[in-house]
Amino acid sequence: MNHEFEKFSDPGLPEHVHRNADVDPIAEKRAEQQVAILFVLSALGTILLIGSYIFIKPSSFIYLPVLGDTNTQQLLLGVGMAMSLFFIGMGAVQWARKLMSDTEVIAERHEFRSPDEDRADFVATVKEQAALADVGRRTLIKRSLGLALGLAGLSPLILLRDLGPLPKKEFDTTDWKKGTRLVTDPGDRPIKPSDLEVGAVAQVLPELSGGTVRSLENIGKDAVLLIRLRPEEFNLDTERLSWTHEGIIAFSKICSHMGCAVALYEQQTKHLLCPCHQSTFDVTRAAKVIFGPAARPLPQLAITIDADGYLVAQQPFTEPVGPSFWERSS
Amino acid sequence: MTNKERIAGNVAGYVDDRTGAAKWLKKNLTKVFPDHWSFMLGEIALYSFIILLLSGTFLTFWFDPSQRDVIYNGSYAPLSHVQMSAAYASTLHISFDVRGGLLMRQIHHWAALIFMTAIVVHLLRVFFTGAFRKPREFNWLIGVGLLTLGIVEGFLGYSLPDDLLSGTGIRIAEAIIQAIPVVGSYLSFFAFGGPFPGHVFIPRIYMVHILLLPGIFLALITIHLMLVWYQKHTQYPGPGRTEKNVVGYPLMPVYMAKAGGFFFIVFGVTAFLGGVASINPIWLYGPYTPGQISAGSQPDWYMGWLDGLVRMSPPIETHAFGHTISWNILIPGLIIPGILFTGMALYPFIESWITGDKREHHLLDRPRNVPNRTALGIMSLTFMLISLINGGNDIIATHFHLTINGIMWFTRIGLFTIPPIAFVITKRICLSLQRADRDLVLHGRETGRLVMTPAGEFIEVHEPISAAKAWTLTQHLQDPALAIENVDEHGVRNPAGIKGRIRARWSVANAEQIPAATVTERKELEDGHH
Repeated sequence: MNHEFEKFSDPGLPEHVHRNADVDPIAEKRAEQQVAILFVLSALGTILLIGSYIFIKPSSFIYLPVLGDTNTQQLLLGVGMAMSLFFIGMGAVQWARKLMSDTEVIAERHEFRSPDEDRADFVATVKEQAALADVGRRTLIKRSLGLALGLAGLSPLILLRDLGPLPKKEFDTTDWKKGTRLVTDPGDRPIKPSDLEVGAVAQVLPELSGGTVRSLENIGKDAVLLIRLRPEEFNLDTERLSWTHEGIIAFSKICSHMGCAVALYEQQTKHLLCPCHQSTFDVTRAAKVIFGPAARPLPQLAITIDADGYLVAQQPFTEPVGPSFWERSS
Repeated sequence: MTNKERIAGNVAGYVDDRTGAAKWLKKNLTKVFPDHWSFMLGEIALYSFIILLLSGTFLTFWFDPSQRDVIYNGSYAPLSHVQMSAAYASTLHISFDVRGGLLMRQIHHWAALIFMTAIVVHLLRVFFTGAFRKPREFNWLIGVGLLTLGIVEGFLGYSLPDDLLSGTGIRIAEAIIQAIPVVGSYLSFFAFGGPFPGHVFIPRIYMVHILLLPGIFLALITIHLMLVWYQKHTQYPGPGRTEKNVVGYPLMPVYMAKAGGFFFIVFGVTAFLGGVASINPIWLYGPYTPGQISAGSQPDWYMGWLDGLVRMSPPIETHAFGHTISWNILIPGLIIPGILFTGMALYPFIESWITGDKREHHLLDRPRNVPNRTALGIMSLTFMLISLINGGNDIIATHFHLTINGIMWFTRIGLFTIPPIAFVITKRICLSLQRADRDLVLHGRETGRLVMTPAGEFIEVHEPISAAKAWTLTQHLQDPALAIENVDEHGVRNPAGIKGRIRARWSVANAEQIPAATVTERKELEDGHH
């Protein structure tokens, strides 16, 4: 474009300008003192750290504006450590800036590319050495070596097999069976419909048979949310309506998207919201997804009451709970 | 010779007799490094890594990476007699019963946030100034590797305490693993030793967090620094600075003092943050159980964009032939991040292919002088920011009284529309800045002094800029677009032309420039004036 125009030329490095401390002995002395003061501040910081470690009770608290109630010892340890380190750094930098030489130095660069003859030599050497080993011709050796290396590479994978069991049907099943009582979490008390007022929510788990301990793995699949509405508020087909009891409806609490606990219930709108990714489910329409990334409704648990009037499951969940997986069929 | 000098000489002699290091050290102790504030960003990342190693080692002395059940009986009363994992209990122990333990935990967490921030800002500096160009592509790849591993390492780190918040994060990670077609459920069972959450995941990620990944980090950082050393640092353009030299200060003593001092400054600031700014107060969340959750669950910021993408994903799943594919998890959780990071890693090679530029570059670009690259960078950054905003949509909604649905729809649409707009605006700004540079060189600096001519006309006095400034503003290369023939000598269109056409289009866009001012033009203008 501009090749016929004269371009600006490089004027070269500007002349070096001396700093105050280079020419004025008083300024130099002052700079020296500044550096020394910074190092002394650091020493004071370390003393503060040691002092607060030994003399301040770990359980003492202090109220500070903005920070609120703060553990005095942790705070002073932090401030002491910060001073101790920060001022060493400031001292060193100040030293470099004010007193060490500030004359810029020029070093030459060299292209990384080797000279052509070196590159040619390199190729020749590789070919020569390869020819010595006859690599090009020994096809049988090359192929068998490839086989050996490939198979050897498999062994780490084989050895990792015992990291865990195979999933089998684990993703499909929960501990809910026909007639399993719903018990409160926490507390493990069975519930009667009258325990729940209209508009109330409760987290429940399946009642354990005697002597078994509930693990987090169980909770991760079994957690169920009970919500009580007025029966006329439901907008369900007959089958799903028969899964409710006196306005009480039960859903898996494990989000059908990524497995978080769907714990936020908006009483006014009758929506369930997952705090992780904001998938929103409409309780009145069998937890149909009305917003967010979840693709499936929360599985509904069919409930009824047993002879003693406690809430029980009519049947197990009819589909796997929790996030999707490859083997899931619907 | 003083006594001290004699001892020093003896020590040096002893070492050199056995290693021959004197010659190498003599050369390298005076190695020249150029000075610029933006070159400190990578240093911050390096220093926070060292802080992470130191504070992390402290934490391992008390942390118990086990998911066995214990009953807490430490000094934090609200959780007294609560059943929890040993990992969570030992984290409480570090926070409340080890003097300085909470401080170290907070230093460790703050250092991790600073580490990731410094890596990202350093990467942006390298991208926008073109420091990744030949011969530094290897270091770019290592950098992208470090960023990726850093995200994983950070996630594993904040997952270790096994509190309600971090357990929820692990639950989400498990759902992503589970969603992988064909092998997902198997991978999940292998990772967790059975159904989620199991008892082996925390001990396993502990080993990865404190040994495997730090080891890889150490190796990659060493190679990264050795390459910087060997290839010599890039420098900004300016008078006296060329492709053939490095202008700066020698390692000893100036850089030793400055860089060494800067390490202490970074550590000091981190310690201050750890001392006064509470971070990740796990005792407020309680132990993890899959049936509970806290509202406003948020990952650390470097995971936020990923979470934001997952949140805005449309609810798409495919059910066919008895199998399920969760596109709502796979696309935002694996496919988009995969494309973004692969594209980022390959960018130096793509750019060199587009421009046909195979020269070595040691002078950095001023971002305005490479409008297309700068615009591309801002476009990607905008994409990430919009994702990040949606990652905090619940917090934003409550703080600014907006609806989550509104923010979600804004980001769903904005993710596709705003980045291209950002591209166009950035490119226009870059070209305008080039025009401003050109004007400045040709017409000089506006002094603000108004002078009345004898004829009664007011003019503003312009002062010519210095030769150094004029050189800095005009020294950059302005390569023309590649001349790519899409038609052969018989006038037939090249059948393999689509790649060629993309290359030609992009090359033309890349070469869009405002011609730099020249001496000739300035002279003509001056002659015209007088």
